[in-house]
Amino acid sequence: MTAVLDVDQLLADDSVHTIVCCGSGGVGKTTTAAAVAIRAAEQGRTVAVLTIDPARRLAQALGLEHLDNEPAPVESIDSSAGGSLDAMMLDMKRTFDEVVLRHADPGKAQQILENPFYQAVSSSFAGTQEYMAMERLGQLHAEQRDGRARWDLIVVDTPPSRSALDFLDAPKRLGSFLDGRFIRLMMSPAKAGGRAYLKVVSVGVNSVTAVMSKILGGQFLKDAQTFVAALDTMFGGFRERAEQTYALLGDASTAFLVVATPERDALREASYFAGRLGEEGMPLAGLVVNRVQRTHVPSLKEARAEVAAEAADELPARRGKGWQPGDTASLLRLHADLAATAARHEAAIGRFTAAHPTIPQVLVGAAAHDVNDIAQLREIGDELAG
Amino acid sequence: MTSDWDGVRLHIVTGKGGTGKTTVAAALAMSLATEGKRVLLAEVEGRQGISGVLDVPRLGEDEVQVATGPGGGQVMGLAVDPKAALLEYLQMFYKLGMAGGMLERFGVVDFATTVAPGLRDVLLIGKVYEAVRRRPGRRGVRQDQVYDAVVLDAPPTGRVGQFLAVNQAMSGLAKVGPVKNQADSINDLLQSDQTAVHLVTLLEEMPVQETVDAVAELRSLPLPLGAVVINQERTPPADEHARNLLAANDFDTAPLADDLGELGLRVGPTLVGGLVQTGRDLVDRLDLEQQERETIAGLGLPTYHLPLLADGLDAGGLLQLATSLADQEAQV
Ligand SMILES: Nc1ncnc2c1ncn2[C@@H]1O[C@H](COP(=O)(O)OP(=O)(O)OP(=O)(O)O)[C@@H](O)[C@H]1O
Ligand SMILES: Nc1ncnc2c1ncn2[C@@H]1O[C@H](COP(=O)(O)OP(=O)(O)OP(=O)(O)O)[C@@H](O)[C@H]1O
Ligand SMILES: [Mg+2]
Ligand SMILES: [Mg+2]
Repeated sequence: MTAVLDVDQLLADDSVHTIVCCGSGGVGKTTTAAAVAIRAAEQGRTVAVLTIDPARRLAQALGLEHLDNEPAPVESIDSSAGGSLDAMMLDMKRTFDEVVLRHADPGKAQQILENPFYQAVSSSFAGTQEYMAMERLGQLHAEQRDGRARWDLIVVDTPPSRSALDFLDAPKRLGSFLDGRFIRLMMSPAKAGGRAYLKVVSVGVNSVTAVMSKILGGQFLKDAQTFVAALDTMFGGFRERAEQTYALLGDASTAFLVVATPERDALREASYFAGRLGEEGMPLAGLVVNRVQRTHVPSLKEARAEVAAEAADELPARRGKGWQPGDTASLLRLHADLAATAARHEAAIGRFTAAHPTIPQVLVGAAAHDVNDIAQLREIGDELAG
Repeated sequence: MTSDWDGVRLHIVTGKGGTGKTTVAAALAMSLATEGKRVLLAEVEGRQGISGVLDVPRLGEDEVQVATGPGGGQVMGLAVDPKAALLEYLQMFYKLGMAGGMLERFGVVDFATTVAPGLRDVLLIGKVYEAVRRRPGRRGVRQDQVYDAVVLDAPPTGRVGQFLAVNQAMSGLAKVGPVKNQADSINDLLQSDQTAVHLVTLLEEMPVQETVDAVAELRSLPLPLGAVVINQERTPPADEHARNLLAANDFDTAPLADDLGELGLRVGPTLVGGLVQTGRDLVDRLDLEQQERETIAGLGLPTYHLPLLADGLDAGGLLQLATSLADQEAQV
């Protein structure tokens, strides 16, 4: 017996305040996040959905035509159950800027924002998106309205990362960096100022700095050190936030939905991801298998359809330009193809289930079209609820 | 015989996640591995995609043979590891074998390869650059094979611009000195006609949209574009005659039902209605695919087509894709 993922039960559980949709590239993370958020809102919850890079038409459907870091209400949902939905798209540079403005000394903030290192790191470097998605999640949870949390459920989409795990590692990576020797190394000369530092720091630090200066060039290293030193006052805040967010992800108020397509590779990644969540003590709610091929005539198996198609080719032609047995044959072949894919998907899912019998799962069929309006997202939501 | 890619030494393959970048990169490498040639297939995301697609043991920093091209040449595989790339770079340029260990102890290596946003990409591309520029007998490098071409299984469209432009940012930051020189050399290669960035897509709205966006971004950087590869293309099993009839609102199901009865199938609304719906879904899908094809044609890039292999991907299937690519690359 396969464990069943009951999304409605998850949404009805008002101790769940965060749902994270993750999985490998292109499997439907953004689609699932949007569908879950709409369903939750229409069931009466006060929801925010944080999307990352939604497809253009999905963004339009959510009213996110312009990149906007601030949540905007999605008017087109049904709010009769008393819920609401705000949607937003992550703007990583703006998020980073806000962190600087909030945590740095006022005098220093401007200096940081203008630093070329900062500008490169905050806008053009990979990896920043993962940090900032987590940062933004923390901010959203902290937001208050009328004396209580502004949202009681935040649904988070995750970036199309190298691997599904990148964003999970981001807070820890930041923390280990801030605690590491490297940061002290970078900060020691700039802090001490002038040449005096040479006397006080250890020989080890000294020679590492010399090596780095050789590799990077003296000026480059100095610029980098100035940047790190300027950020100095913010590090405490950064670490605290990273730790809080990480703790939040491991909390019982969070639920992870791992999304995969019913293909070997995506399911392998899902398996790996589920394992990692387990190791980290992160609460996995279940697996969403998205875009499962189904046929309109489930009882007609591939082999039978193929045989029938062969036989149809032998039937005598009709007079006129109308429907011919050859047309029947081609419809049967079309069905046989889909049935073959459906069988392959079923087998791939079966292998996953055998390996992970306790992970609850739910299947979502492959829609004939791209999914990009509220009505289609509702249909996905219906399927998610089983 | 000439090919579309004579003179190209570095092929970069990108596309939306899951469209078949790794598969196409492998097939492309095989197609380029003609008689007597040696091609390197490299991945940079630490996901062991090559090992999965070619069904070979996990790859590491050693370049090992992973396939043979249909033309008899050799395909070598490499999973670029940023840490190994950094240590190798230090050794090659600064003879810093010992200092490497020291940097490691101080967390510098960790910082450069995992924490610092962007630096990792610099190291990954740096290694690919080294493989493209490799000369026989150079000291300090781990490997001394020289390649006729290098195929890079690159990050997906959403991140590829950032990935490939990282050296532009680096060059701007460093202003002078060794880092700037290295960044500039890499940029020169990436922007030269020795490089081609290929885009893999499916005939679906979103992958095509991402392809269009990526083309605009890559052109603005500017990076030289190669081909658009339409992957997993399906030949419609239902012929045009059937489709035209099915598309009509007043489609008469009686002859279809007669045929099905004749064939001994249990005729009922599920069967007849289901098959009609199956056909209509196909009609809709083909309409959409046609729109996507037109969008792709509007990009003005060479376009290749690879079929959806019904049984998924195995060694024979990959060879089939490689042969098909080789045929399409050949200019008559
Ligand atoms: N059940 C479905 N049926 C049909 N199409 C779907 C379904 N789910 C998602 N899609 C389509 O698949 C494509 C990818 O979906 P989506 O953008 O949600 O994936 P993602 O995991 O967020 O991708 P990325 O890793 O690039 O962020 C979109 O074009 C979407 O419309
Ligand atoms: N032409 C094809 N016919 C059949 N299956 C294919 C074809 N091309 C790719 N596939 C399958 O599609 C899936 C995705 O392919 P692949 O791993 O190459 O994509 P990718 O773009 O590299 O994915 P990712 O973004 O996760 O790195 C794999 O299961 C692969 O076997
Ligand atoms: Mg997405
Ligand atoms: Mg891949």
